[in-house]
Amino acid sequence: MVPLSWYLILSAILFTIGAVGVFLKRNVITIFMCIELMLNAVNLTLVAFSSFYKQVYGQLFVFIVMTVAAAEAGVGLALVISVFRNRETLDVDKSNILKL
Amino acid sequence: MEKVFFIIIASLSVAAALSVVAQRNTLYSAFSLIGLFGCLAVAYITLQAHLIAAIQVIVYAGAIMVLFVFVIMLLNIREEELRVDRNRLLIFSVPLGGLLFGLIYFGLKNFKIDEIKGAPVGTSEAIGQGLFSKYLLPFEVTSILILLAIVGSVVLARREKDGDIEDIEDDEQVVKVSMAEKSKVEETKE
Repeated sequence: MVPLSWYLILSAILFTIGAVGVFLKRNVITIFMCIELMLNAVNLTLVAFSSFYKQVYGQLFVFIVMTVAAAEAGVGLALVISVFRNRETLDVDKSNILKL
Repeated sequence: MEKVFFIIIASLSVAAALSVVAQRNTLYSAFSLIGLFGCLAVAYITLQAHLIAAIQVIVYAGAIMVLFVFVIMLLNIREEELRVDRNRLLIFSVPLGGLLFGLIYFGLKNFKIDEIKGAPVGTSEAIGQGLFSKYLLPFEVTSILILLAIVGSVVLARREKDGDIEDIEDDEQVVKVSMAEKSKVEETKE
């Protein structure tokens, strides 16, 4: 049986890579993908705890996190399309004022 | 045996995650992310969360990533656009990431729980009973959230200059109508 701490450490590694990606990248779509990566790392923690404690509620929470991630991806990519149409760039440094 | 399998899955997913950050082409990042989601689905299966693993493949790797790839291909990003990365920030962000990982690691490394006996909880029956009894309100609120997201993305991605196109179409119709009237008038004259 794989110990719980292994899953937690894998989740910590994935979360850290996602956070570093958000710092490092300029392309707004890649930043979105790094946010998805961090959400998945948290999902892994929730599923691991749920499975080890034999309680289903962590997995219900994962269900809701996935829905929120889908909503976020939809609205965020619509924003990306809207900004790209007006500015012709995906660089977050070039669209740093809240104005289209 | 299980540990070896876990190590393989974990190293594959860490490699995919590094590839997401390291790739310069956004499309390759997206494909790496799909690989990562697949690895995580396998990890969920080892945790006996079968429904979550299925949803991970269908919703994340299937729907959300298709949306990402679709947008990347739709935007038709220029080559030089892909080469803007903040490598100058590498010296700051890698130690910062190390610090973050250290904080999480020292918080969690000695975390142990006693083995709890019981049946696996990841069946769709258990999750369905949870969602439709005790957690019915959050489930319904989630559906409202999805509705709001649909409306929001339609409003945001709408073309701003729709009005101009409609004006042009209106003008064309007016011209057609007036021409038709003229021809009618001419016919009556004849």
